[in-house]
Amino acid sequence: MSNMTPVKGKEQPGLRYPSNGKTIYHRPLNRAKTSELSQASFAYLFSEMVGYASKRIVSIQDLEKRLNTQGHPIGLKLLDLLLHREPARTQTRPLTIITLLHLIKQQLWTHLFGRAADGLEKSSDPARPDEYMIIDNEPLVNRYISVPRDMSQLNCAAFVAGIIEGVCDGSAFPARVTAHSVGKQQAAPAADGEEGGEGKEMWPGRTVFLVKFQPEVLERESFLAKG
Amino acid sequence: MSRGVIALLIINKAGGLIYNRTFGEGLNQLNSNDYLVLAARLNPLREHQAAHYYAQQQQQQHHHSASGSIGAGSGGGQGGPLPSRPEPPSGLEVMETENFRLQCFNTQTGTKFLLFTDTMQANVDVAMRKVYELYADYVMKNPFYQLEMPVRCDMFDRKLNSYIREINNSR
Repeated sequence: MSNMTPVKGKEQPGLRYPSNGKTIYHRPLNRAKTSELSQASFAYLFSEMVGYASKRIVSIQDLEKRLNTQGHPIGLKLLDLLLHREPARTQTRPLTIITLLHLIKQQLWTHLFGRAADGLEKSSDPARPDEYMIIDNEPLVNRYISVPRDMSQLNCAAFVAGIIEGVCDGSAFPARVTAHSVGKQQAAPAADGEEGGEGKEMWPGRTVFLVKFQPEVLERESFLAKG
Repeated sequence: MSRGVIALLIINKAGGLIYNRTFGEGLNQLNSNDYLVLAARLNPLREHQAAHYYAQQQQQQHHHSASGSIGAGSGGGQGGPLPSRPEPPSGLEVMETENFRLQCFNTQTGTKFLLFTDTMQANVDVAMRKVYELYADYVMKNPFYQLEMPVRCDMFDRKLNSYIREINNSR
């Protein structure tokens, strides 16, 4: 019956440990050094994620919702990690909308994409003071994605919107975050000449992340400003 | 008249045309059906060549075993050195005419790239590699592209256009 006993060190299906026994949980949390991943492997992984999310969907909104749901837990967890990596005196969670958005624009973006976001704006419409916009000229997730014409309102950066939403929710600023492509509309007036019209579209993949905070967040904000 | 890169065709492994684009103005266009026929014609050309090659190989081996039947029988196919089996021919690689030069490139997975350039164009290999790279990036990494189906990717079009324009203008 000796052949029935499991061989020592036999590979367990599904779980694999590195040979030195050090998993990701053994690494220190405060690595200042940035660790980079292959963009190609991320592109293939993300492509499969989009493929998975687009199974049996009824609408584009449905697909964006699913991508958003995939990103949300990442944001929740990243908030903790990013705050932990901050210098000790600024290690508090953001208390105002501006500091929160600044954290997203700087720390979160640098951690995820290796650079800060390209812009941060408040909605100019006085009727909607709860809306803020984070702008990325060329989202890394959309680098290799061409959206078919029949799905033109889709933006796969909805996944990143989910991450932002997770960070906002985690720091007690509940919000709805959606991703919108604005490259085409903005470039249209610029493309006046016949030749090279396409080349003039500086940022065809320009994406705006619309952050819409819940009313209670603004209520608290105004209360804090007075006091 | 110098034109540089004139056209690019991509043919899938079944011989169907999945991408077709011409660069530069003033070219007479084929109608789309003619393109499909052209692509379908180019593909079997390669298959025929390979089939012909294998038929030749088998004939040669047959001759060998007939003349040296004792060695083959006693060795049982193990003792003697294995018959060398070189790579099959890759099919049509280059075709030069008075007006253009056709460069072919077959990927490992059977996709075929055809690049039409003018006869004076240098470094076609480099251009071909770059086109393949763009294809691998902007077509294969696109979640909405279905394998073996016609390529309709805006990003691929855009990047290809700017790359080809760059080579054509640098001449």
